[in-house]
Amino acid sequence: MGQIEWAMWANEQALASGLILVAGGIVATAGRFTQWYFGTYAIAAGVLVCLLEYPRGSRAKGSTLERCGQRYLTAVLKLLGPLSRNYYFRAALHLALSVPAGFLLATILGTVCLVIASIIYLLAAVRGEQWTPIEPRPKERPQVGGTIKQPPSNPPPRPPVEARKKPGEEDATPAGGPPGGPRVNPIPVTDEVV
Amino acid sequence: MGNWVVNHWFSVLILVIWFGLNVFLFVQAFLQYETDDKYYYTREILGSALAWARASARCLNYNSMLILVPVCRNLLSFVRGTCSFCSRTLRKPLDHNLTFHKLVAYMICLLTAVHIIAHLFNFERYSRSRRATDGSLASVLSNLSHHGKEGDAWLNPIHSPDTTLLYVTFTSIAGLTGVIITIALILMVTSAVEFIRKHYFEVFWYTHHLFIIYIIGLVIHGVGGIVRGQTKKSMEESHPHECAESFEKWDDPDHHCRHPQFEGHFPQSWEWILAPCILYAFERILRFYRSRQKVVITKVIMHPSKVLELQMKKRGFSMEVGQYVFVNCPSISFLEWHPFTLTSAPEEDFFSIHVRVAGDWTEKLIKAFEQQKLPLPRIEVDGPFGTVSEDVFQYEVAMLIGAGIGVTPFASILKSIWYKFQRADHKLKTQKIYFYWICRETGAFAWFNDLLNSLEKEMEELGKVGFLNYRLFLTGWDSNIVGHAAINFDKATDILTGLKQKTSFGRPMWDNEFSTIATAHPKSVVGVFLCGPQGLAKSLRKCCQRHSSLDPRKVQFYFNKENF
Repeated sequence: MGQIEWAMWANEQALASGLILVAGGIVATAGRFTQWYFGTYAIAAGVLVCLLEYPRGSRAKGSTLERCGQRYLTAVLKLLGPLSRNYYFRAALHLALSVPAGFLLATILGTVCLVIASIIYLLAAVRGEQWTPIEPRPKERPQVGGTIKQPPSNPPPRPPVEARKKPGEEDATPAGGPPGGPRVNPIPVTDEVV
Repeated sequence: MGNWVVNHWFSVLILVIWFGLNVFLFVQAFLQYETDDKYYYTREILGSALAWARASARCLNYNSMLILVPVCRNLLSFVRGTCSFCSRTLRKPLDHNLTFHKLVAYMICLLTAVHIIAHLFNFERYSRSRRATDGSLASVLSNLSHHGKEGDAWLNPIHSPDTTLLYVTFTSIAGLTGVIITIALILMVTSAVEFIRKHYFEVFWYTHHLFIIYIIGLVIHGVGGIVRGQTKKSMEESHPHECAESFEKWDDPDHHCRHPQFEGHFPQSWEWILAPCILYAFERILRFYRSRQKVVITKVIMHPSKVLELQMKKRGFSMEVGQYVFVNCPSISFLEWHPFTLTSAPEEDFFSIHVRVAGDWTEKLIKAFEQQKLPLPRIEVDGPFGTVSEDVFQYEVAMLIGAGIGVTPFASILKSIWYKFQRADHKLKTQKIYFYWICRETGAFAWFNDLLNSLEKEMEELGKVGFLNYRLFLTGWDSNIVGHAAINFDKATDILTGLKQKTSFGRPMWDNEFSTIATAHPKSVVGVFLCGPQGLAKSLRKCCQRHSSLDPRKVQFYFNKENF
């Protein structure tokens, strides 16, 4: 139990609750149920919860998989500073947001789920967890070997025999040198490599 | 595309049948509640929402029945074993049991949403007609409970105009159990997402046991008989087609129509889920019984990089290659069972697992054995459970790909192949093995390194060097390592692993590998076995399809992936 980051599960639960609140709110508003204005509230609260919870925080150890397109919301959350980092605040916020939706049957499910998420966030906050944004990773270096299919069959061209300093090198030359022995260059070539 | 169909037609057939039955049950229940005269008066108040709720309820019963079956792993192992005469394609769906479980779970979530929304409308309409004072048929029907001398006359479950919907929901059996089991379902789903399952397995494991609440709640859900239809007797006396229009005159003693009488029906959910529940209970009892059997630890080996190898014996334990077991250590955690692939071969007289630090439980286990205190902590083992690796000997040519920790089942396979080869087992169809080992760095798998080393030596002694073709790919390389490799390239053994086969750096280029193998074995059936990440599975699957020829007599690549 020592390594469990409860905030990660609380995040999933809160995101699900937000969606359930929105769904319940839409049903109540569209059906013009009794006291349907609670439904409209639930839609707004649900959207707020979803926006807050969509960016996944980074795990304490190891890499974290981002949700699709969460970079933009992460930037917004970073601006909020301690309001987004602190889980006590999130627990309190979710608890407060869930209360008005509890008056309508269509949204009560969202309320209960959000309260559960709030409790798990409280547990996470008590254990000292914090929300840290996932920083963008440097781009992976491209695979260089993609176009290489076969190693070269000929050795690289070498300067003619005269330019080579050590005569012993001639014996160790791998097979595959220019056929017919080393060429004699009409124009003398100096080896600039020391 | 053609190859995919050939490999997967049976799974597709099962899915089509499952979905087709869903549609059939939905439509059948929908039409029943939408057209049956028994519910004529009910529909008067509720409209079509009644039919939507009942149809989704029937499908929910059907899917709740199915969801327990794919997780009975002992049963599935049994079916796999008895059907070993069946072709590979017919047994393939058994490997996808967890995928099917998830699919059924998604369907349950969808149907739950439909069911709840329909019932929200139902409750709202009941509430409105209870409070209506316009003297319409709906309001007359809603007020029926005041008129009937028998208790059965009522139709509208809301008994007074002042009752709030929340009160009705939480004081009726159906409402209360409905809310509870939906909460249980939501908690199960949010803790079962891949992210949580992979990194915080205990959260998933414990929360998923809420399914017990789901099943019990589902059975109790219909007990209240809150959905009501007209009784048979009442329909004979005053059929709705004759009496519905003259509802103002029902009070009149001279009128030929009486007030209609209503009744709820018996709960049906238990009929659907009784059999799978018994099956699952039997499965759990079997697991418990197997776990009580004594496990003797014969050897404890600490490998480099904190890898613990446990060699154990258990009476009556027999395994096949690539199978896995669930292990429990009561002194660490009484309830948790964690899966581990078996790394020993069936030909050996013990079975072994290699445990690496991957979380709380594994860390505590390794620490407990490191302390070397007697008596050793007690271990309970359930299994073995089968996965596709059992099929590896049925292919003439086998391509085995192990990425990272996924290399573990192949330890068992390679050892077993080696034993079979030594004993010249004629049942071994395998002629050639291509083994690809991909990992970041070999540290945690030094034990596998040693295994390859010993296999290399033994093959040399037998003079069968060509049988096993293996290549190691290190993806976590830097320029230092490559520099060393370049300098030492003409040494006989690799400087990093000590193996004869040189290490390659980076990832393998699969198209090249597949075309080489296809050219070398133009008429064979090649089994491709992967234990590794999803991304790799995707690219390998594509390669298999691309390089298999459409002619079934020429080279065919069959892709198999291990999953936990």
